Amino acid sequence: MSDTSTRSEPAPPEDLSAVLVASMSARRVWKNRLASLWLYTSVVVALIPLGLVMFYVVQRGSELFGLSFLTDDIPVSRRELGPGMGPAVVGTLVITATASLMAIPLGVLGAIYLNEYGKKSRFAHSVRFMSQVMTGVPSIVMGLFIYTIWVLTFGQSGFAGALALACLMLPIVIRSTEEMLKLVPDDLRQASYALGNRKWRTILTVVLPACLGGVTSGCMLAVARAAGETAPLLFTIGFVTKANLNVFDGPNTALSAQIFRNASVPFQGPQDRAWAAALTLILLVLALTTAARWVSSRFATAHP
Amino acid sequence: MSSMPSIPLPSDPVGNGARDGLAPVPAREPLQKATTMSDPMLSDDESAAAPVLVGADGATVRRAVPPAPDAEGKAASEEGRRTVFDVDGLDVYYGSFRAVRDVTLDIRDRQITAFIGPSGCGKTTVLRCLNRMNDLIEGCRVDGKINYHGVNLYDAKIDAVEVRKRIGMVFQKPNPFPKSIYDNVAFGPKLSGVRNRSELDDMVEKALTQAALWDEVKDRLKSSAVGMSGGQQQRLCIARTIAVEPEVVLMDEPCSALDPIATARIEELMQELKAQYTIVIVTHNMQQAARVSDRTAFFTAEVNPAGDTRTGVLVEYNDTQQIFSNPDDERTENYVTGRFG
Repeated sequence: MSDTSTRSEPAPPEDLSAVLVASMSARRVWKNRLASLWLYTSVVVALIPLGLVMFYVVQRGSELFGLSFLTDDIPVSRRELGPGMGPAVVGTLVITATASLMAIPLGVLGAIYLNEYGKKSRFAHSVRFMSQVMTGVPSIVMGLFIYTIWVLTFGQSGFAGALALACLMLPIVIRSTEEMLKLVPDDLRQASYALGNRKWRTILTVVLPACLGGVTSGCMLAVARAAGETAPLLFTIGFVTKANLNVFDGPNTALSAQIFRNASVPFQGPQDRAWAAALTLILLVLALTTAARWVSSRFATAHP
Repeated sequence: MSSMPSIPLPSDPVGNGARDGLAPVPAREPLQKATTMSDPMLSDDESAAAPVLVGADGATVRRAVPPAPDAEGKAASEEGRRTVFDVDGLDVYYGSFRAVRDVTLDIRDRQITAFIGPSGCGKTTVLRCLNRMNDLIEGCRVDGKINYHGVNLYDAKIDAVEVRKRIGMVFQKPNPFPKSIYDNVAFGPKLSGVRNRSELDDMVEKALTQAALWDEVKDRLKSSAVGMSGGQQQRLCIARTIAVEPEVVLMDEPCSALDPIATARIEELMQELKAQYTIVIVTHNMQQAARVSDRTAFFTAEVNPAGDTRTGVLVEYNDTQQIFSNPDDERTENYVTGRFG
């Protein structure tokens, strides 16, 4: 009791002003300035490489970039200058779409199992752990894996590339979807059960709609990641100079593979095409990311 | 099999009141017909004699004849009401921990029954047993009997989902779905298969009117429920619950997150709903129990002799007036007069 009484005694105003002034001493002010300077410098340094990459890609890529670049066939001769990356644009689109069709439904269902059914069971734990490990597997390993189990038997095709990309996307989709499902408050599930709703319908009518924005944007980011991948495609899709819309039959090509191939040859034409292809790919990924953001803000539903 | 909608639903799963303007008391068929699968022992005409249905109320619990339309509600003092729940020797365990011991009480038709008591005394646990919401808690186990119109809710043949369609629940924290106001209320009816748009419209309007919310939201049914005030959200949750026309509405501290004005509205609403629904409410607020309820059960937590865990017990269950003016048990008196300790 005596302790509280001494503590509650108001301090004399002289002491208080002394304390307040001391806290704004010159040393404090300089410490603050130094720390701020350090933070701002870090941001600028981190942005320099990004800015340079964007600058070079836009500068070099915009020379050839245009409608004819996006639609023309790839010139057969390496000495030929001028545009043509249509087959790669087509290939990237169909291969990524095929991969998404395989990875997204499987990944979302897997995440639903993990978060709604498996929860803390041993099997769910091991699935979760494996998908975490898979996230860290280098993408070229996925390419080699598909090469041994698929390409050696059935030959190169867009589908083989899509399989490799799907392996790459699957863990990303599972992880991001599970995180989103975790964010759905349990109150909503309880409310649904209390209305006599069964579990599968609760997931379908309450849980998934409540996190649709997050799930969609997670999937879009996985798609964007897959669209830019090169390594898994190197052994799996082969090479063509004319557009191949059939992913199951015959070799195909993709923007990322074309960048790799064309940038490493000592001719002007292919190098220009590689820059323009890089710009195309960046714009494609930018469009996907923007779409993801738009979708997640569109469906975003604030929880109380 | 039991999880598929192939189970014969009540002949009119949405109740008659929505369309023909009769009293909206759901003319449900008995629970066992809709929920058990193929047990001849529980066939419709023999249910009163079924082995699980022991007890004097067995013959009277059937709602063979729907109660007469009655807009004002019957006088609360009416004696001899039918028993809806007959809880007998209920023990609830979470894992090996016994949360509630030996609760025996009966809850009567179209009355408000309040569960009061200090925190941790198991009143919410008992409430959640009444519509088997405790099934969702891992490790929860129930001993003893809860008879709902003579049917043991914890019988192995009972489908908990069918139970919850008849016994709705309103939670402590308002939990509207992140959907529009309309979709929140129409959620339950859609589940039971109502697809007709105008029929849904009618049901939504009726439920919102019953929940005293219609006038406030009729112009913005399509706007999100999440943007409403806490009191409105809670009334929306009540509307959502009564839109499926349950017989019983369980309320778990429905006003604890609300301000006094919103609380007063909910209490008023409960008095109106009492005419059609049996209401069981858990509350921390003794004044609230005294104001709204017809019967009150006082629970307390007993320290177990073995360790320092506590188990909830039912101390006293009686008419509310009796509990608050002249309780039989000293512990009840100490609690309701504020001398608890």
